[in-house]
Amino acid sequence: MTHRLAAMRALVAADLQIFFRDRRSVILNLVTPLAIAGLFGMVFGGGGSAPAGRLAIAVVDQDGSAISRAVAAGLAAEKTLAVSSLDEPAARDLVLKGKVRAAVVLPPGFGEAAGRAFLRSTDRPRVAVLYDPSQAATLAMVQGLLTQHVFTAVTGELFSGDGGTRLIDESLASLDTQGTDAAVTADLRELLTRARSLNERNRSQGGAGTASGGGLSVPFEVGDEPVTSGSTPYNAYAHATAGMGVQFILMMGIEAGVGLLLLRRRGLWLRLKAAPLARGTLLTARVVSAALMSLVMLAVLYGGATLLLGVRVDGSLAGFLGIAVAFALTTAAFGLLIAALGGTPEATRGLAIFATLVMVLLGGGWVPSFLFPAWLQQASLALPTSWAIGGFEAMTWRGLGLAEALPTIGALLAFTTVFLVIAVWRFRWDVASR
Amino acid sequence: MLEVRHLSKSFGDRVAVADVSFVAETGRTLGLLGPNGAGKSTIVNIIAGVLRPDRGEARVHGAAVDSDTSPAKRLVGFVPQDLALYEELSALDNLRLFGSLYGLAGAELDARAASALGVARLSDRARDRVETFSGGMKRRLNIAAALLHEPRVLLLDEPTVGVDPQSRNAIFDTLAELRSGGMTLIYTTHYMEEAERLCDRIVIIDHGRVLADDTLDGLYARLPAHARPVQQVVTVRPTLESVFLELTGHRLRDD
Repeated sequence: MTHRLAAMRALVAADLQIFFRDRRSVILNLVTPLAIAGLFGMVFGGGGSAPAGRLAIAVVDQDGSAISRAVAAGLAAEKTLAVSSLDEPAARDLVLKGKVRAAVVLPPGFGEAAGRAFLRSTDRPRVAVLYDPSQAATLAMVQGLLTQHVFTAVTGELFSGDGGTRLIDESLASLDTQGTDAAVTADLRELLTRARSLNERNRSQGGAGTASGGGLSVPFEVGDEPVTSGSTPYNAYAHATAGMGVQFILMMGIEAGVGLLLLRRRGLWLRLKAAPLARGTLLTARVVSAALMSLVMLAVLYGGATLLLGVRVDGSLAGFLGIAVAFALTTAAFGLLIAALGGTPEATRGLAIFATLVMVLLGGGWVPSFLFPAWLQQASLALPTSWAIGGFEAMTWRGLGLAEALPTIGALLAFTTVFLVIAVWRFRWDVASR
Repeated sequence: MLEVRHLSKSFGDRVAVADVSFVAETGRTLGLLGPNGAGKSTIVNIIAGVLRPDRGEARVHGAAVDSDTSPAKRLVGFVPQDLALYEELSALDNLRLFGSLYGLAGAELDARAASALGVARLSDRARDRVETFSGGMKRRLNIAAALLHEPRVLLLDEPTVGVDPQSRNAIFDTLAELRSGGMTLIYTTHYMEEAERLCDRIVIIDHGRVLADDTLDGLYARLPAHARPVQQVVTVRPTLESVFLELTGHRLRDD
């Protein structure tokens, strides 16, 4: 037993010595993930204090009516939008080039037609929203804001605008020709008459007179509240650190696996096998060294992220450490799996990197997974990356407790077990001699 | 003493070794000769415990090499054909690591490593990384790594591939010292002159089978009469290697 432990310690020490002696490898594995996490975090909102970016859209007002001007003004006043006023060809060109996310085209006669359609359900004008298909989520947001401002502008014009009385008079004149029930017609007449009276009163009081005032408004206000761990604001760097950490540690796991293939190629595997050691000792040493390297990387990454990016473990420290150890073991087992299933080191490295990048992407390491289709979000639970990233987030900015870490730790250990079983089963112990 | 009995090994449909048997006496050098692909390395790998035979066995001083942790493996030193060294580590770190795999530790390990470096004539480069070594230096260190645990049988799988004459001579000198110290050497090569120079007994193998197993004189005696060596008075022409060594010297070129 002592001999086995001493041999294992020597093998692990050699692996660590080689890993830390290669300066380029150390920089790649320790500094790069922190740098990229900083970049990603900055892009996705930074530490929480920076204002959110405004969505660039264009408004094409081909009508020029009071209502269309009010709609344009309403959109321009939105704090989430950066609105530019353009003609349609220019707006279409900018959407195509990705310079603006969407363009709202208010067609000629829009105000008149919208007011009329509001009162009589006649032909509704068609407002075109040109949008960048790569930013499809923008469409719903723009449509929602457009609906709100058109509603406010049209009712404002009807109840207090100069053109409102004319539109009401037209509707009153057409009531008798619509062939509706007499009682309904009487009610509508009374409603329109009172609306006309309201319009005249509003205008006589002077303040109103444009479509932007005196109309109906959305009957509620939104009070948004980010739910985080108490006093700590959301830190986009915490998400990015989790994603990039998982990605680069898995990359290191790949190198550990490829390193085993290189041992075969270089004949070192023969020398190791010639020693009086059990296979389990040789493989366990590889697992332990890869897991230790993963833990060192995690420690450096989160240490750096704490100092430089303000990332904090606001949840359970024990939970965080548990997830870190479980993920380190998963990484080591992943490396062994690669060595067991791989062919040449070069081909194996390429395939493994591709698989890892896909796993990190689907695990939400690059972009939030809520952007994925629902089935894909469910499917991603079959990936260790999804659990690891979610777990690290839960223990950092979400500030959750140990109980929330346990399912993640269990899942990662399950992945570890599966990887190890397959790796040991498929590992090619014998090397064909020349 | 090494006894190999009825070894057979196949890789899929390819028969690498078929019913091979031979004996290597203590303190003697046995050469395994054969063309590329003859099965030499497979036999050596089985003796080293790296490969499992399909049938047969190898015994070192009576102990079978039959499992990963077999005690017989401690009696065997293995010099693989490839340079089985960690290029990123120093020569000393390599030796310490390989010594640890055989249960050596502490002062004993340090002493054995120092001794092995001396045998390899690399004491002055102990702390240099292997990747900075010449091919000859790596070959010598490759042998030194197999000597740390003081094996009774040393397996050398084409140990002189790609080395200059100076390093080859140094390796031959080292092997002669080891043999005189009672170590049994198993030497695979396809260089006939190396086998003639080093080996007391030669096993010729092809297609995984033993074609001949005899001393040099015994092998010559198998030739037809007209092809046997005859005593003649001739002017012995020096070899090109002797000319080369005369001109360049026997000193190792490790720089």
